[in-house]
Amino acid sequence: MLKIVHYINQFYGGIGGEEKADVRPELREGAVGPGTAFAAAFGDAAVITHTVVCGDSYFGENIEEAKAAILEMVRGVKPDMFIAGPAFNAGRYGVACGTICAAVKEELGIPVLTGMYVENPGAEMFRDKFHIVATRESAVGMRDAVPKMAKLALKLARGEKIGASIEEGYMPGYMRVNFFEAERGSKRAVDMLLAKMKGEDFVTEFPMPDFDRVEALPALKDMSKMTVALVTSGGIVPKGNPDRIESSSASKYGEYCIDGVTDLTDATYETAHGGYDPIYANTDADRVLPVDVLRDMEKEGRIGKLHGKFYTTTGNGTAVKSSAAFAQEFAQKLRNDGVDAVILTST
Amino acid sequence: MKLTIGNIRITDIVLGEQSAVTGSTLKVNVKELEALILEDERIASVCFDVAKPGESTRITPVKDVIEPRTKVEGPGGMFPGVVSKVATVGSGRTHVLKGMAVVTCGKIVGFQEGIIDMSGPGAEYTPFSQTVNLVLNFAPVEGLAAHDYEHALRMAGLKSAVYLGDLAKDVKPDEEIVYEFAPMAKGIEKYPGLPRVGYVQMLQSQGLLHDTYVYGVDMKQSLTTMICPTEVFDGAIISGNCVSACDKNTTYHHQNSPVVEDLFARHGVDLNFAGMIITNENVYLADKERSSDWTAKLVAMLDLDGVIISQEGFGNPDTDLIMNCKKIEALGVPTVIITDEYAGRDGTSQSLADVDAAANAVVTGGNANEVITLPKMDKVIGSLEYVDVIAGGFENNTNADGSITVEIQAIIGATNELGFNKMSAR
Repeated sequence: MLKIVHYINQFYGGIGGEEKADVRPELREGAVGPGTAFAAAFGDAAVITHTVVCGDSYFGENIEEAKAAILEMVRGVKPDMFIAGPAFNAGRYGVACGTICAAVKEELGIPVLTGMYVENPGAEMFRDKFHIVATRESAVGMRDAVPKMAKLALKLARGEKIGASIEEGYMPGYMRVNFFEAERGSKRAVDMLLAKMKGEDFVTEFPMPDFDRVEALPALKDMSKMTVALVTSGGIVPKGNPDRIESSSASKYGEYCIDGVTDLTDATYETAHGGYDPIYANTDADRVLPVDVLRDMEKEGRIGKLHGKFYTTTGNGTAVKSSAAFAQEFAQKLRNDGVDAVILTST
Repeated sequence: MKLTIGNIRITDIVLGEQSAVTGSTLKVNVKELEALILEDERIASVCFDVAKPGESTRITPVKDVIEPRTKVEGPGGMFPGVVSKVATVGSGRTHVLKGMAVVTCGKIVGFQEGIIDMSGPGAEYTPFSQTVNLVLNFAPVEGLAAHDYEHALRMAGLKSAVYLGDLAKDVKPDEEIVYEFAPMAKGIEKYPGLPRVGYVQMLQSQGLLHDTYVYGVDMKQSLTTMICPTEVFDGAIISGNCVSACDKNTTYHHQNSPVVEDLFARHGVDLNFAGMIITNENVYLADKERSSDWTAKLVAMLDLDGVIISQEGFGNPDTDLIMNCKKIEALGVPTVIITDEYAGRDGTSQSLADVDAAANAVVTGGNANEVITLPKMDKVIGSLEYVDVIAGGFENNTNADGSITVEIQAIIGATNELGFNKMSAR
């Protein structure tokens, strides 16, 4: 049977209302308050072995201490799953549920789930970090929320495939999952356009996210003493693609030595990238990774030197999250190697 | 322009010594078709195979899928400017061999070719698991350059489809559909109370395996322009075999343009289908700016009240999509965009390479990075040699039991951005 730890606030823990909101976290055995409804929904599949009760004010005003204390409690129990709330539209409770779920997920690697109203500030803060079931505004929504949360919690605890947000009832924004609609896309587009033109309600299938834009740094004035590195998402690799970097949706990047290399030729380099016409890059890979030009500039003293390694991957179909992870890793290597500037080339 | 489409239902293909449509069976004279294909000396050989729905068959690496059609009445011929002479198509009568397709495959050209499974979990993602497919498996002559090879395959597929389509000329169709597109003033007069709705179709135009041709014109060399929506049913737009398999628009998709069909379905009911604009997805910023400027300008000139914009491909063209959307919305004209997503294998990454608040009405074809394991099939048409290097494949993706694991981007048409499929994501 799966072991679950449930987090609730002082109100649902039966300690009291606002006047008791400063109570410190405590660990109780078994299910408490809304936990009994979860226990009923789980049946024999899972058991709430422990409940953490904590005052909303205490959590909000002592986040680090509260987090550390609760993590310690959960670590001791070693549950298969951690559930918080549901918090409905209670702002501090929602933020506490979100904060503690994030900590348990990140620090203990235990699957987490909470539930709250879509306008709860906790939803805005955490809906892109893990699954949050959308609930009604107040506790009258408990009866709707519990079965949805219980079903999803069991799937998460078992590591089963999670359906799309619209099927499972969690808020969109964390995880995009495919599913089959009743109508084909073109028909859905016509229906959506007619609704939009009439000013009627419609639901976009992909709400525009906050886009990760990077500000350009000020230009470098003098590169004559600088070590310059080349980094590309254009897929240039030594001939034969020794690390088998994927033609699309790369799962890795390559690090290759170019000490003594003055020119990339069709005998020595090629592109692994599947997103553009590769003929011209395969004929002369300098077109994407300009080693030849930088060697000239090195000779002319316009740059200090070209760094002895380049980093490469295919940008084609590669998740932004993967690209960011690659770059975080090799940016550190570049820094450790004393590189002063990087030229990024695409395709 | 008024076009009558006559569908002749095909449920079986028999390879033999005579070419004819008999009832719902298409008979193919293999020798004759082979001779036609081998007229192109760049093709060394061609094998023919039939793949039917439900069979344990995998076809890969697939380049294009084409529906055999023929002009029975009206000007022009199929694939004008490419196979037939240049003449404006889209009126009169066209017969279609419905329920079947010509599928081209063979040695890989680039990385973008894909997989069609006729049964199993992969079959749910591709519409071509539901058609009876005549598969042409080509081998090029030795030393043929990639661009020439792609051209040879493209022409062979189209010519074969015309050869087969012509067999339907004198056959009585099982069903008829009439599409009629009215000139601007007449449309306004006929449907005074209905909103004028347009379709902006973005055509892939980024180079080898990323090209689209309109009446034989390489779309990357064209300014944004207008087309009568009935023209697409006569093969005015063809695929140059492009992008990742999941969101390439095959020639079949163009011939059966779903947005055009669904706008016609509501034409005169709750909208007036008032225009279709075709634009490109070139790689240079200046081209992107010019093309999207022209798209918005044509929307204004057509005085449209609402627009559907469809994309082809991903990443770089996301920029064109958002530019088109922003510039049209800035005119005060509501838009819906159709795209797909690359949200990572676990679905938690950023889905598009460009976004804007103006794009508040989106239809998605799903997350192309989702991973699927395709069970071993009894029969392979083509070769499994490339399933690790095609877009959506990865190193060591063939499992011990013979199954292969890929992202669904390797499946032909899986996340189509013309809205051909029912798949979506949330």
